[in-house]
Order: sequence, then C-alpha cells, then structure tokens
Amino acid sequence: MTKLVYLVPLFPLIGFLINGLMRKNLSKAASGIIGSGTILASFVVSVMLFMQLQGGSISVPPLFDFIHIDQIHIPFAFQIDQLSSLFLLVITGVGFLIHLYSTSYMKEEEPHHFARYFSYLNLFVFSMLLLVLGSNFVVMFIGWEGVGLCSYLLIGFWFKNNNYNNAAKKAFIMNRIGDLAFLIAMFWMVAKLGSLTFSEVFSEDSLALLTTTDITGITLLLFIGATGKSAQIPLYTWLPDAMAGPTPVSALIHAATMVTAGIYMIARSNVLYTMAPVTQQIVAVIGLATALLAATIAFKQNDIKKVLAYSTVSQLGYMFLALGVGAFTGAVFHVITHAFFKALLFLGAGSVIHAMHHEQDIRRMGGLKKYLPVTHITFLLGCLAIAGIPPFSGFFSKDEILMGAYAKNPLLYYLGVAGALLTAFYMFRLYAMTFLGKFRGNSHSESHANDAQVADDHATFTTDEDAHGSHNADAHSAHQPHESPSAMTIPLVVLALLAVVGGFMGIPEIFMRGGHWLQEYLAPVFAGSAARSTPHAIDHSLELILMAVSTVLIIVVCLLAVSKFRKYQSGEEASTGLGKFLENKWYIDELYDTIIVKPLMWLAKFLNNIIERYVIDGFVNGVGRAVQYSGRQIRLLQTGQVGGYILLMVICVILFFVIKFFL
Amino acid sequence: MPINYYIFLAIALFCIGVTGVLIRRNAIIIFMCVELMLNAVNLLLVAFSKMHYHTANIEGAMANPNAGIDGQLFVFFIMVVAAAEVAVGLAIIVMMFRNVHSIDVNFLNRLKH
Amino acid sequence: MSVTEILFWFLTVLALSGAIGVVLSKNPIHSVLLLVATFFAISGHYILLNAQFIGIVNLIVYAGAIMVLFLFVVMLMNLNSDTEPRKNKWLRLAGAVSGGCLMLVLVAALKDADVKNNIAYMNKGEVGLIENLGKTLFTDYVVPFEVSSILFLSAMVGAVALGKRA
Repeated sequence: MTKLVYLVPLFPLIGFLINGLMRKNLSKAASGIIGSGTILASFVVSVMLFMQLQGGSISVPPLFDFIHIDQIHIPFAFQIDQLSSLFLLVITGVGFLIHLYSTSYMKEEEPHHFARYFSYLNLFVFSMLLLVLGSNFVVMFIGWEGVGLCSYLLIGFWFKNNNYNNAAKKAFIMNRIGDLAFLIAMFWMVAKLGSLTFSEVFSEDSLALLTTTDITGITLLLFIGATGKSAQIPLYTWLPDAMAGPTPVSALIHAATMVTAGIYMIARSNVLYTMAPVTQQIVAVIGLATALLAATIAFKQNDIKKVLAYSTVSQLGYMFLALGVGAFTGAVFHVITHAFFKALLFLGAGSVIHAMHHEQDIRRMGGLKKYLPVTHITFLLGCLAIAGIPPFSGFFSKDEILMGAYAKNPLLYYLGVAGALLTAFYMFRLYAMTFLGKFRGNSHSESHANDAQVADDHATFTTDEDAHGSHNADAHSAHQPHESPSAMTIPLVVLALLAVVGGFMGIPEIFMRGGHWLQEYLAPVFAGSAARSTPHAIDHSLELILMAVSTVLIIVVCLLAVSKFRKYQSGEEASTGLGKFLENKWYIDELYDTIIVKPLMWLAKFLNNIIERYVIDGFVNGVGRAVQYSGRQIRLLQTGQVGGYILLMVICVILFFVIKFFL
Repeated sequence: MPINYYIFLAIALFCIGVTGVLIRRNAIIIFMCVELMLNAVNLLLVAFSKMHYHTANIEGAMANPNAGIDGQLFVFFIMVVAAAEVAVGLAIIVMMFRNVHSIDVNFLNRLKH
Repeated sequence: MSVTEILFWFLTVLALSGAIGVVLSKNPIHSVLLLVATFFAISGHYILLNAQFIGIVNLIVYAGAIMVLFLFVVMLMNLNSDTEPRKNKWLRLAGAVSGGCLMLVLVAALKDADVKNNIAYMNKGEVGLIENLGKTLFTDYVVPFEVSSILFLSAMVGAVALGKRA
C-alpha cells in the first residue's frame, strides 16, 4: 500500500513528459485528456491514502540516497502524515478542476502551445507534490524550486509579449531571493544537527542541541524564504504582475497552491517556531501589515485580476498572522478554504474575461448578471465566503485566526477586523461593478484612452499575431456576452459547493462540542507546539460577542459597497491624493526600482565599462603586449657576434656549476 | 703527488684557455686557446688514470696491472680528434681570410642575417 | 723535496707561464711559439707520470704537426703585431672576469671532492707503457680505432674541399 505514494507524483510527471515531448504530434483533445487525466488519477490515489491514514502516519522507505557525505545522510524519501495528506487532496482536487477548466479556456491556442501549457501545468503539480510529500527539507526544496520555475514558465506562457516576460522574470527573481534565505537556513540546520529529515530535526534530542540564537536565526531565514514564495512584505510585488499569465494559471498557482507552500513549510516546522517567540512576533506583524497593505491597494484597482491578486496577498497575510500567533490549525484551515473560494473567484473571473472577449477592466463591465447566470451565482458565493459571512467557509477559518490573534494581543485582533472589513468592501465593489448595474461594455469613456494598455497587453497566439487594438475590444464586446461552456462552469459549481460547506470541517467549540474535526485531525502534527505553548483560552461569551459584532460590521460594509457601486458610471473622477497613492500601489514598485534596480544597473554598467574594459581586458591584452615587448628585447641578443655568444656560454656554464654544486 | 695538485693545474690551464677565447679577436689565437683547453683536459685524464692504477694496486699487490688504462686510451682518441679538427678549422679560417681579407672574428656577424 | 717534486713544480710553472703568454702576447707568432713551449711542459708532466706513449705522441702530434700547421697559416696571412685587432675594453674585462669566475667556481666545486688525497702514481706503473696500451687498444677498443680512420678521411676531404678556390 505504501507503494501507492510513489504513484501520486509519478502520474503528473508522466503527463508532463508525454505532453512536453510529443506536443507537436498530439491533438488538443488528446493533450487535454492526458493532462487532466493524470491529475485525476493522482487525486484518486490521494483519496485512497487519506482513507488509509486513519491510524497514524505512513512513512515510506527512501527511494535512493540523494546525498551521502560522512555523517550527513539525505535520502530522497517521502512521508505522509495528516498535514501532507490534506494538502495532497487540495492540490490534486482543485488542480484537477482547474485542468478541466483549462481545456475549455485555452482552446483558442494552437495544438502545440496547448500541449505545452498542459505539460507545464503537470510539471507544476509534480513539483508541488514533491514539496508536500518530502520527508526532509531537501526534497521540499526541490519541489520549492520546481514550482518557482513552473511559475516563471506559466506566467510567461504567451512569450511573444515582452511585458509578460518581464513579469515572469520578476516572479522568478523575487522567489530566488527568498530561496537564498531558505538555503542558508538549511545549511545552518545541517551544520548544527547533521540531518535535514523532519522526524530527526523535530525530535527532542535535536531540539536540545540548538540554542535560542540558532532557532531564531533558522526560523527567521525560513520565514524570509516563505515571504518570497508566498508574497509577503517585502517580496510581494511579483504576484500582481503575475496576473499576466492565463487565468487558470493564476487560479492554480497564485491562489490555491504555490503561494501556500510557505504556509506549509512553516506549519511543518511548527515546533521550531513555537520555540522562537521573537520570530513569531515578526511573522505576525508582517502578516498583518501585508494583509492591510494589500487590502488598501485592492480598494482602487480596476483590473479584475489585479483585485483578486491583491486579495490573495491579503489573505496570505492572514494566514501568516495565524502562524505568528500560534494558531497553526487556523492557518491550515484558512489555506484550505482559501483554495476553494479563491480558485472559484479566479475561475469565475476567467469566465467573465472569456465572455467579454479578453476585456479585464471592470469599469467596462457591469450588468453581467443576466448574461452569465452560473458565473454570477458562483462568484457571489465566492465573495460571500471570502468576506467571512456565516455560514460560508471563510467565516469559520477567518474567525479562528482572529480569535487566535485576540488571545495573543487584542490590538492584532482589531487590526485584523479592520482588514476583514476592507476585504469585504473591495470584494463587493468588484462584484457590484462586474455583475450589477448596466452593461457598460459598449460605451466610450475618457478613461478608455488611458487604459488602452490593458486590452493591448493581452496578446494571444491566434493566427493573427497583432495585439488586439482598443477598437477591436470594443467591436467584440459589442456582441452579447454569453455564458461559458460546461467545461468551465462545472468546476465553478463544484468549487462553489466546497466554498459553501467547506467550513463545516472546523466548527469551533462554542457552537458544537467536538465539532472541530480539523483540529483533532491535525493534532499529532502540531503536538510538539502544543506541548510547548500555553494556550490562552478566551471566555466563551466574549468570543460570541466578538464574533457577532464583526459579522454585523462585515454585512454592513458589504451592503454599503453594493449600494455604492451598482450604479457606477464610467468616466468618473480621476484619482487624486490618497486615491492616487493607493491606485499606484503605494509606489512600492517605484521604490524598489530606485533602491535596488537602479544601483544594480549602475553597478553592472560600472563593472562593464571600467573593470571589464580597463582592468580585465587591460590585463589580458597586457600579457600579450608584454610578451611581444620582451620578444623584441630578447631579439637584440642575437647580435651575430660570435664573441658575444661565447661569453654568454661561459657565463651560463658558470651559473650552471654554481647552481649544481652550491644550491 | 696528491691528485689535488693535478686537478688545480688542469683547472688553471683550462680557465686560461677560456679567458683567451673571450679576450682575443684573432681567429687563430682563439683556435690555439681551444687547443690549450684540450690539453688541460688531457693532462687531467692521464693523472686520473694513474690515480686509478694506484688505488687498484696499493703497495705492491698487482691486482690489476691494467687498471686505469682507459684514461690514456681516451687521451689518445682526443688527440686524434683534435688533429682532424685543426685541419678542418684552419681550412675554414683560410677561406674566411680569402673572402674578407681579415681574420677579425667580429666580421663574422653575418649570422645576424 | 725529491727530484720528482721539484720537476713537477718546475714543469707546472713553465706550463702556466706559457699559457698566460699565449693569451696576452700581441704578436701571433710569439703566441704560437709560447704554446709550443706549453706543450713541451705538458709532455714533461706526462713523462713524469710514466705515461710514455702519451707523452711522446703529444710531442709528435701536437707540438710537431699541429703547431707547425698553425705557424704556416700565420705566416701565410702575414700577421704581425700592428694588424692585430683588439677587442673593446669592456668586453675584454668581461671576458677576463668570466674566466676568473669560472676558475673560482670549479675550484670551489672540486675542493670538497672525495678523491683529493688520492695519489697519482708517478715514476712507476706499467699502465703507460706502450705494450699494455697497444694490447688494450687492439683488443678492447679496436672498433673506435678503425672508426677514427674514417674520421680522418672525412677531415681530409673537408679540408681539401674547403681549400679549393671558387
């Protein structure tokens, strides 16, 4: 039965190879079936493993020795416990739905690009599975790098557009900065403990060997790695730009799976984090700050995908806040529910974009309620879930995080609630401007000319390779938007269902004793942390009051947003002051450009023009010139005077004797 | 005589010959100094041959009456070669004199071209 | 001081002064004659070492034939002291210094030689006698002996070929 574990990553790997190598020979139907079928197979196996796991963990014997130097022994091995099996289900399940969706969304592509897309997606799923299945940090890191690579490949999928390539590069480079920190943390652990296998690192003996400085340093470095992968401050700016990729990619990678890798890693190392309160403080603060920052920016964005991207960053901030206050179960819970509703929202947005013929500016949408009924309902359900309205899934998971925050420090709770209110506001703004009101797709507006970029940037690989001009978009959206085909709507429905009922796996104590199935399920994984920390329990009545108050506030904010934006007329105010600041993302990209990019370019120019040209070339050419010069000088020895030659001979004989006999 | 004395004598003669080669510009004198060097070597060889004879036959016991004869035979052959060399060398010098009408060695710098 | 020793020192002085004279004399004819004297002294050394054959051959071949040849050539070219070319002063100095250094180096190298107290057997010993030499030459070393005849042949041919006009 344990051999089944190998099948889980094996299927996507095979799918990647087949689609990748035979992409010129496969029809679109074939590559779609292969791509999705492998993930479905992995999902089935994951379910079987989940059933089998009911008692304890499954540890799988190592495949082969990856690194073996002296005492350092790093095998290539997998491990299944409750945490990884949950993640497996989410990855393969949501992944399969997204694959299914993609077969329809990407069908305008040519066959070999279509096959390339699916091969990249399969490779991504393979890497992600490696990440969660690994039994030591090294295999996790392999998967970590792999998903970063696939992110790059998929963001820059339409590679003919240079802007997309730049976005892909940005994502990869920022990821790498985090990876460096991760690597250093691994080196530190190997140096101190001689092993990277989870069971050995987290055992009591190993932990006793580490000093507080060690633990704080390691956890901090791991966290920096997580900020790169999971888009926290300061390494988050790649995620909004990553919306350049196809929408299903955004759904899979940047909503449901890759960005949760950081959370998984920290959840896995929960023991270390519990022993380093300083790092936990930092994690919580940064998580909260990111949540608020992203929420304020999302306020003012007009591209449907950008709003969702910032919402992802914000929700990730909440997950890190949970990790920071020690509510590990809450973080994992939010990961799962977030995967459901965020994937739902992205796929819904993809459906809208598809219907609007690749128009992404919400100021030119509106009134889509009657054209896209299924999408409308599912999107609404997603918005309700993310806002945190009971009894949808987001409510339970977000509430658990906020309660954990309150137990640690009430200030964190209040700020968290503020963020939740912002979340509700901008999500319902998005909903209202997209689906309610009148259809604005045919109107010319003043802001239209400024935003021609948005439509232009969306070059696809159709037979006419020109970018869609702004008039093209108008001409297309003059046609009626229509509902998407069933391959796209079925995943929407399934995910909506999950978003609605998914919360019931973690009902808190106050509603139903013993209802928190997730907490009991994950207890063994977090046992080490539970043993070390003193849980702050909140009074039941206080908890109920807080919950009620926050829910009411959220509902009020939702209604406010809907009423404000359902009557939105395009061509309104140009942004001023604070609005402009938020719209331009707090000018953080510009800040990074000035602080980091420009000095690096200056340094590169300096190195090229001065060091390369004068020092290195000078040295290399100088050697040549020196040889020539010495050759010219030595030539003068050949005077042709025999007497001179003989003198030289005698001198050399003398030297020879001296050296032979006296040295 | 201790062999030392012969060694120093031969070294002295040899070095005088070297100095002569370096100092003089007349081709013939240079050639004669070369002969001088050869002779110094000959002398040393013969002295060593007698030394070997002596060490092989210490005080009367005629262990090997022909010990060290190789040295003297070698000298014989050196003389043979020296003679041949002189013949050819002088022929060259005469030819040089015929062409340049001088026996100054410095005029031989055509090697430069 | 036995007679042998006195003779040794006398012959040494003669040889050295002759050699120095060869190098320093301005008239080439004087150089030739002084070299002849040096050869005589060296032959004397040979006789002293009881290398009779070598001594006589030295006189006949070297002093007799080779030096006479030199004399012929010198007289052919009509060399005398005023046409003697002189080298540049510095070069002469360099040459002298080099020669002196060479001597010093050789002496220093050999002064620690193991053999320095061995005796060169003088006055007696059969190894220099002509019968022994002849026997060894014609039994062990007959091949080089014959080959040297070829050497002579080539030398003669060379000399004649070089000497032909045009």
